[in-house]
Amino acid sequence: MTLDELQEIAESEREAQKKITHRINVSVAAGCLSLHSDVVFNILHEEVKKRGMEESCKVKAVGCMGLCAAGPLVRSEPQHTYYRGLPPDSPEVLSAIVDSINGRPVPEFALSPEIPFFAAQKRIVLENCGEIDPERIEDYIGVGGYQSLLTCIAKRSREDVVQEIIKSGLRGRGGGGYPTGLKWSMVAKAAGEQKYVICNADEGDPGAFMDRSVLESDPHRVLEGMAIAAYAVAATKGYIYCRAEYPLAVKRLKVAIRQAEKLGLLGKRIGESDFSFEVEVRIGAGAFVCGEETALIASVEGERGVPRPRPPFPAYSGLNHCPTLLNNVETFANIVPIVRNGAEWFASIGTDKSKGTKVFALVGDVVNTGLIEVPMGMKLRDLVYSLGGGIPDNKKFKAVQTGGPSGGCIPEQFLDMGVDYESLMSAGSIMGSGGMIVMDETACMVDVAKFFMDFTRDESCGKCIPCRVGTTQLHGMLERISEGKGRMEDLDTLERLGNMVKRTALCGLGQTAPNPVSSTVRYFRDEYVQHITNKTCAQGKCPCSKAPSTAAGK
Amino acid sequence: MPEISHYQVKTLTIDGKEVCASEHQTILEVARENNIDIPTLCYFNGLNGVGACRLCLVEVKGNNKLLPACVTQAQEGMEVTAHSPQLHEYRKLIIELLLTERSHVCAVCVSSGHCELQSLAQKLGVNHVTLPYLHEQCKADGSHRHFVADHNRCVLCTRCMRVCDEIEGAHTWDITGRGIRSRMITDMGEPWGDSETCTNCGKCVSVCPVGALVEKGKAVAEMTKPNFLPYLIQMRGKGQ
Amino acid sequence: MDKARIATLWLDGCSGCHMSLLDIDERLLDIASAIELVFSPLVDNKEFPENVDLTLVEGALANEEDIEKIKMVRARTKLLVALGDCAVTGNVPAMRNNFVLADVLHRGYVDNATANCGPPVHEVPQLEPKVIPLHELVAVDLFVPGCPPSADLIFFVLSEVLAGRIPDLSTRSHFGN
Ligand SMILES: Cc1cc2nc3c(=O)[nH]c(=O)nc-3n(C[C@H](O)[C@H](O)[C@H](O)COP(=O)(O)O)c2cc1C
Ligand code: SF4
Ligand code: SF4
Ligand code: SF4
Ligand code: FES
Repeated sequence: MTLDELQEIAESEREAQKKITHRINVSVAAGCLSLHSDVVFNILHEEVKKRGMEESCKVKAVGCMGLCAAGPLVRSEPQHTYYRGLPPDSPEVLSAIVDSINGRPVPEFALSPEIPFFAAQKRIVLENCGEIDPERIEDYIGVGGYQSLLTCIAKRSREDVVQEIIKSGLRGRGGGGYPTGLKWSMVAKAAGEQKYVICNADEGDPGAFMDRSVLESDPHRVLEGMAIAAYAVAATKGYIYCRAEYPLAVKRLKVAIRQAEKLGLLGKRIGESDFSFEVEVRIGAGAFVCGEETALIASVEGERGVPRPRPPFPAYSGLNHCPTLLNNVETFANIVPIVRNGAEWFASIGTDKSKGTKVFALVGDVVNTGLIEVPMGMKLRDLVYSLGGGIPDNKKFKAVQTGGPSGGCIPEQFLDMGVDYESLMSAGSIMGSGGMIVMDETACMVDVAKFFMDFTRDESCGKCIPCRVGTTQLHGMLERISEGKGRMEDLDTLERLGNMVKRTALCGLGQTAPNPVSSTVRYFRDEYVQHITNKTCAQGKCPCSKAPSTAAGK
Repeated sequence: MPEISHYQVKTLTIDGKEVCASEHQTILEVARENNIDIPTLCYFNGLNGVGACRLCLVEVKGNNKLLPACVTQAQEGMEVTAHSPQLHEYRKLIIELLLTERSHVCAVCVSSGHCELQSLAQKLGVNHVTLPYLHEQCKADGSHRHFVADHNRCVLCTRCMRVCDEIEGAHTWDITGRGIRSRMITDMGEPWGDSETCTNCGKCVSVCPVGALVEKGKAVAEMTKPNFLPYLIQMRGKGQ
Repeated sequence: MDKARIATLWLDGCSGCHMSLLDIDERLLDIASAIELVFSPLVDNKEFPENVDLTLVEGALANEEDIEKIKMVRARTKLLVALGDCAVTGNVPAMRNNFVLADVLHRGYVDNATANCGPPVHEVPQLEPKVIPLHELVAVDLFVPGCPPSADLIFFVLSEVLAGRIPDLSTRSHFGN
C-alpha cells in the first residue's frame, strides 16, 4: 500500500462515518469489561436495532475513557455526555439512554465532560482511547493512522526522523526518563547487520495500568511508533514483550498486527518500499524483574529472565548480541504525534527538561480514581484535588506515592510542586512509569514502606547479594518495627543498609528498592519513632497496635 | 588470534598506580597482574563473568555508578579506585549479608580453612554480623555416589552451574525460585544421584568456593579444592 | 596498682573456649599477677559481682536463664567480650534454629530416648524458640570469633586490654577453627 492508497482508505472511512449522526461509545477496556460493559454494549446495540436506527446511530466498542472509578463508562455524541456506572442488568436504564440521544441526558447517570477530571487533561498519548474501535484498523486509519509511518518511509531520511525525536525532548516513559532521541541515535549508529526494536509492555508496577490501557485501546498507535523507530534505526525485527496477565492487550495486539500486515503496513516491503519490519508478541510470565531491559532481553532469548551487567548497553549489544532499541509502550505511543505535528509542537508542552504529557494511574484515597494524561509540570495539588476530586470523606491529605516500588512518598509540603522528572527526584521519589497512589491521614507510613519492601523482596531475582539478602533484611527490620519490636538503632541500620543496597545492587530493582523506606524515614521519621518507643501504631494498621502485649513476651 | 600489530595497549590507573591493559582485559585482570587485590566471589578465572556478588565493585572517575571489576573492560585513561573506606564498608556488608542468609557454621564444615567466604570475612575484618540471622532453610542432598550438596552453605555464586555448562557441557546445575528463595538444583530438581546428565566429573565441587559442594567422606576441615585453574583455562582455549 | 577485675561466663557453648583459655599455659602466670578472677566456672564464686572490668562470655543465648544472666552481667561489666563463635554467631547451638523447638525436643527426648521419655520440664531453664548471639540482645564491646579462638588470640586480647588498649582483631581472627 502506498501513501496515496492509505489516504483513500482514510477518506472513505471518514465518508462512511459522516453518515452516522449519533454515536454511543462503550468502553470495553479491562476495567469496564470487568463490570460487564460487554453486556451494556450488547443491550444498547439491541435497543438501537429495535428502533431501526442502525444507519444513523452507532454503538461502538472503544477503549479506556479513564474514569475507572465509575465504570462501565459510556459516552453519547453529539450530546457530549458521559454516563457512569451503567447497570448491565437494567435494560430500562439503557433503553432510556438510547431514547434520550436527541434530548436531555438521563440525569442519574450523566456526567458532564466539563468536570476537571476530563477538562484539565491533555490527551496526546490517549487521544484515540475511547474514540476508536481498537479492533478495526479502518478506524485507526480514519483518524490519520499509519500516515506518519508511510510519510517517513517515503519522504524522510532515517537521520531526519532521529533528529526530530531528539529535538522533541521526549524522554523514556518506562521509568528512567532517558532521552529517547539519544537512545535512537545510539542504536542507529551502532554497528551491526541485524538490529531489533523491542516494546516493553511488561508493566509490572503494582497498581499501574497506563500501558495496558494504551495497548487495549489503541494498539495500532504503538505498532506505528515501533515501525517508525525501526525505520529510523534500520531494524527489521520487532518484539512486544507483554505480560501474560494482559490477555486482552495480547489479543488486540495480535489482531492489529495481522490487520496491518494484510494492508502492507507492517511486514515485508512496507508502503511498497525496501523497508521491512516484522513484529511478534512475546508473553512474559509475570516476574517484575523481566521489565528490566536486560532481563527482558534474556527472557526473549529464552533464558532465565535475570538482569545482566551493563555495559554493554542493549543499544550496542542487546538481543542476540545485536544492537537493540528498547522503549516503553507510552514512549512509542508518543512517536506518531511528534512525527505528525513536529518536534517544536511537542517541545512546547511540559516543562524545561520534561516535555510533553504523562499518563498517570491515579489511585488510592481520591474521589476520581482512574487514568489521566496531563502536561508535565502540573501541580500535585491540581492532580489530587482538581482532577482527582479531592480526598473522600473530607479526610486530610497525607502523602502521595509515585514511581511504584522504586519510588517514594511525597508529603504535603510538596503539594505545590510541579510534577516532572527532576522535581520528583529532588523530593526523593521518581516518576517511574506513572503510578500515583494518594494516601489520606489514616495511612501508616511504616505499613506503606513495609508493603513495598515486601513486594521488592518477593520480586528480587536473587542474582546479586545486596538485593537478594538486603531487601529481605530491610523487610525484616520493618516487620519488627511494625510489631513493636524495633529499636532506635534500626533507623540507622535502615539507612545504612538501604544506601548500600542502592549503590551496589546489579539492576534497577535493587538500586531503587530502598526508596520507599528512605523517603518515609526522611519525611515521617516521627511515625517510625512512635512505633519503636510507644510500641503502637497510631493509625491502627500495624500488628503492634492489635496485640500490645506481644512486646513484653519477646 | 589477534596479530601483534593490532594489539592495543591501554594505560589507566588503579588506586593511583599506572598500569597497562591489553585489548579486552577486565579491570580485575589488570589489577591482579599488578598485585592489586580486589576481593571476588562469583568470579572464577576461565568461566564467563556474571557480576553477581558485587564484591569487586570499584569506583571509576566520571561514572557515578560503581562497576564490577570482573566484567568491566579496562579502558584508556580510566581512573579506577579499587579501595576506599566506602568500598570497604560495602564489601563488609556484602559478606555480612551472606553470613546471615543461610547457615554458615564453620565449626562443623568440611571446608573450614579452605573456604573463600571464611577467608574473605577475615580479610575484610568481618568478625561478627550486625544484622539478624535469617537461617534460610535449605536441603542437603547426599544422593550422589561421590559428592554431597549442602545448600545451607551455598552462596549462589553459580560457579557450579557455569563450569558444568560451559566446560563440562553437561548443564546439570541450574537455579530454581527467585530472590531469597533461590536454590541451586540438579537437572529439573531431581536428587543429584538420579541425575541423567551428571558425568561425575567433579568440576563443580572443585570450583565451589564454600562448603556447599564437597566430596563424600571428608571430615571437618579436610576438604581441599584442587587447583583447577590451568585445566579450565586450557579447556576454554580449546573451545574458542 | 589495682588489679583488673576479670570474669568469665559459660552460657550455651561446649566449654571449648574456656579450655582454649587454659591453653594459654605458662603465660597465664604472667596474667594472673595482674588480674583478679572475680567470677568464673573455674573458681568458686556463686554471685556475679559488681564493677567487673572485663567479662569473657562463652556461648550463645539459648534459654531463659542465659538471657537473665547476660543482662545482669552486661549491667555489671565495663568491657563485655563475646568469646568464640557461639557467643559471636550462635554457631552450633543455633543450628537448631532451622527447626521448630518442639520438634527438636521431641527428637532428642522422645525419638532418640531409651529411658525417661519426654523433655525435661522441672529444674532446668526452658529453651527459647531461637538461639541468638550475645549482641542481638545486649551491647558487646569486643568480638573474638573462632571455634575455639586460639590460646594465642585470647592471650593477645587479655594482654592488650591489660595494657589499656582495645585490641584490633579485625583481621587476626576468623570464624571456625
Ligand atoms: C525492576 C525493573 C522493572 C522495570 N519494569 C518496566 C516495565 O514494566 N515497563 C517498562 O517500560 N520499563 C520498565 N523498566 C525500565 C526498563 O528497564 C527500561 O528502562 C525501559 O523500558 C526503557 O524504555 P524507555 O526509555 O522508553 O523508558 C523496569 C526497570 C526495572 C529496573
Ligand atoms: S538488583 Fe535484585 S533484581 Fe536486580 S539483579 Fe540484583 S537480585 Fe536481581
Ligand atoms: S560433577 Fe561434573 S557433570 Fe556432575 S554436576 Fe558437577 S560439574 Fe556437572
Ligand atoms: S553450590 Fe557452591 S558453586 Fe554452586 S552456587 Fe552454591 S556456593 Fe556457588
Ligand atoms: S566477582 Fe565481580 S561481581 Fe562477583
